[in-house]
Amino acid sequence: MSSHAASHDHAVHAHEDHEHKPGFFARWVFTTNHKDIGTLYLIFAIFAGLIGGAFSGLIRWELAEPGLQVFMKGSMLDQMGLFNLSNPDHAKHAYNSVVTAHAVIMIFFMVMPATMGGFANWFVPIMIGSPDMAFPRLNNISFWLLVAAFVLLCISIFTPSGPGGEHGFAGGWTMYPPMSSHTGSPGPAMDLVILSFHLAGASSILGSINFITTIFNMRAPGMTLHRMPLFAWSVLVTAFLLLLSLPVLAGAITMLLTDRNFGTAFFDPTGGGDPVMFQHLFWFFGHPEVYILILPGFGIISHIVSTFSKKPVFGYLAMAYAMVAIGFVGFIVWAHHMYTVGLSFDLRAYFVLATMVIAVPTGVKVFSWIATMWGGSISFTVPMQWAIGFIFLFTVGGVTGVVLSNAAVDYSLQDTYYVVAHFHYVLSLGAVFSIFAGFYYWFEKMFGVKYNKWLGGAHFWIMFVGVNLIFFPQHFLGLQGMPRRYIDYPVGFSYWNMISSVGYAITAVGVVVFLIMCLEAAIVRRKGEANPWGEGATTLEWTLSSPPPYHQFSELPVIKEDDHH
Amino acid sequence: MGIKGLFGRGLFKAGSGAIATLALSAAMTARAFADDVKQTLGQPTDKAMGWQLAGSDLKEKTEWFYNDLLFPVITVICLFVLALLVWIVIRYNKKSNPVPAKFSHNTLIEIVWTVVPVLILVVIAIFSLGLLRDYNNMPKPDVVVKATGNQWFWTYDFPELGVTDVESRLREDAKDVKTAEKAGVPYLLEVDNPLIVPVNKVVHVQTTGADVIHSFTIPAFGFKIDAIPGRLNNTWFKAKKIGTYYGQCSELCGKDHAYMPIEIKVVSEADFDAYIIAQGGKTRAMLASEAAASAAAAEQAAAAAAQSAEASAPAAEASSSAATSASATPAGNGAAAAH
Repeated sequence: MSSHAASHDHAVHAHEDHEHKPGFFARWVFTTNHKDIGTLYLIFAIFAGLIGGAFSGLIRWELAEPGLQVFMKGSMLDQMGLFNLSNPDHAKHAYNSVVTAHAVIMIFFMVMPATMGGFANWFVPIMIGSPDMAFPRLNNISFWLLVAAFVLLCISIFTPSGPGGEHGFAGGWTMYPPMSSHTGSPGPAMDLVILSFHLAGASSILGSINFITTIFNMRAPGMTLHRMPLFAWSVLVTAFLLLLSLPVLAGAITMLLTDRNFGTAFFDPTGGGDPVMFQHLFWFFGHPEVYILILPGFGIISHIVSTFSKKPVFGYLAMAYAMVAIGFVGFIVWAHHMYTVGLSFDLRAYFVLATMVIAVPTGVKVFSWIATMWGGSISFTVPMQWAIGFIFLFTVGGVTGVVLSNAAVDYSLQDTYYVVAHFHYVLSLGAVFSIFAGFYYWFEKMFGVKYNKWLGGAHFWIMFVGVNLIFFPQHFLGLQGMPRRYIDYPVGFSYWNMISSVGYAITAVGVVVFLIMCLEAAIVRRKGEANPWGEGATTLEWTLSSPPPYHQFSELPVIKEDDHH
Repeated sequence: MGIKGLFGRGLFKAGSGAIATLALSAAMTARAFADDVKQTLGQPTDKAMGWQLAGSDLKEKTEWFYNDLLFPVITVICLFVLALLVWIVIRYNKKSNPVPAKFSHNTLIEIVWTVVPVLILVVIAIFSLGLLRDYNNMPKPDVVVKATGNQWFWTYDFPELGVTDVESRLREDAKDVKTAEKAGVPYLLEVDNPLIVPVNKVVHVQTTGADVIHSFTIPAFGFKIDAIPGRLNNTWFKAKKIGTYYGQCSELCGKDHAYMPIEIKVVSEADFDAYIIAQGGKTRAMLASEAAASAAAAEQAAAAAAQSAEASAPAAEASSSAATSASATPAGNGAAAAH
């Protein structure tokens, strides 16, 4: 690889005169540069993540003990004046709308922009040896559509929804009618949510088309699909999932929109429609969606594990095709979210078996990461700590998924905190840990400065303790039968709820440490190296300077057979 | 280059030790959870780490499936992964193993970690589908209850027994932690009109939603069934012990989602019959004897018709066939009610 590196450096110098960057406004608003767009996505994701995280703080604050303390007139939250808590009905509605907004923000405006927007834009073109994305202007519109979607969602939180003028849609991110139709949410808030989803969906579809085209057409000479780094593979699979699942969501919410505003009755039984039909359409999108959230994380973890073990990824092809398998099977398991709606025995039995199948390729991935580390000479850097944390916590979240796949057990656990614990282990502790792992792995590459390792390590350990303390006790609450999306609960659930809220406080400290880490690195500006990780870092981004030149690969790198992934 | 700061390394070692200790103690406490907390039948117990006490055979089977099969399997998998990670941290760190191995394939082990999980899943699936069949094959009902979810209360009907529209709402004194404690009722769980069912009888629950989707569940009986507008869903339970069992609406249904609990009072059959009569309905015994009486009356009518047939043959034919069909219907009902 060193020969490529030399050729780039040469190219960079030769083109330095053409390197001048546009002015601030033109550079950041009209940008068509994949790295700048990636940075915009990352900033957006951090911003949205802080809002979504603050919302989960309101939830844990309210649930710290039985009775209403926060979502009520005269509370500290009321004095802040953000939400209309003037009477108990409005306050309870506000809680539900916060729960809804927390989910939507974290899924669509934090995890997806961070992985598919930030890291994928930054590193897919570089990893496959391409100067930029296939459609740079499309890339720009993808980003700004997402911003528009986020603005619509934020407006919806402060728009009338209920018959009494309660604000914000409060029917959960799954938007089941009739809660989301005229019966449950007559006000315009839900219409804004639908339009927000439309824009976010369009943004993701355009982004996916861009990634698929880029990966299929713009690989450097010699970069065959089977030599392509696993992160690029993960983005390719994710892009297909988005492309195939989002139109179904778009159709479903458009039908919902016409049900609400134009007199159709797709989901209204009084007009011959069926509310369960919406659930089928929603989960046909919704289940692939959860793999959309985690697959890029799988790719990131593979790179980190291989880099710091100084070993090639174990079972590269199995790793790539395990992701393809997970993506494919992810499309045919959707009704395991619907065991209690009254499906026939045969359907439930099928979805039990199909869901269990996913455990197999997932197991292949976990064991292959372990085998990659096995025999390695491992440096326990900050990103490696996050990666190892990810592997263990994702395993914990994965096995509770196998528990929930059993319809007969799910009758007891469906819509309880056991489910909440399960999906936060795979998402909040899985996807988010992989995002932080990637952030620390590529921080120096992206921003050209080094972060403080001590702060990075402290961030990891505080966060690790905090999130486990939040979510592990929620398994116990679920087994005892505590339903999710509850503003208040019987006294029999008090103890573990309090522990969970304490965990949130610790996690919040971790987030503060993260922000301090970013700030410290921005102020001190220790100059970054092209490849701080040494011999284990073999993908193309480490052949470029840190930060990479504004335009890279004016002369395309050539990939030889023995270059490993 | 020196990647590993002193602090980072120290933190890592301390941390991995901490995880190991945590995991081991978690596994041990989890195994002992049943003895830790004395639970009350039919409601959640503070600090409990496992299931609520089971109130039916089916829930007992579910708990067996989880406690004795799923839970040990998933715990062993997690501890196995953890042990491998801990070993990697100890054995394959940069200091202990300065020269990395270069292997990246091992067909045998890849086959093993594909096939072994499949075998584990097959074992789980066999038990899982058996249990699912037990839920699905509903025995003939002794009592049929219709539960309708409304924003934000439940209505109960006993369609066959003539009891309709029993509205069940959260009781006033259960709406506040302090007043609930004073009244000795569980906070957020006690209702004004609980659903009353007989002990040791098969109860079919039919659910539907009046406005939005709700979900009907009693954790102690291990069932949960959505109450969806335009649909009639079906499930069943058979309570083993007299007592009070609580559940809570389990599908987000609006602002008072957390304030529409489900309370089922399981009583003796005599008490159940008394309740039905007090509500203006008819007990199954009454319905059966009525059916028998009407069948007998129909038979008498048929006999009388046969006698008068001598006088006018064509008229008798018509009336006898009418009598037969009249007797068939109530007798059929009686048979259904007598199950």
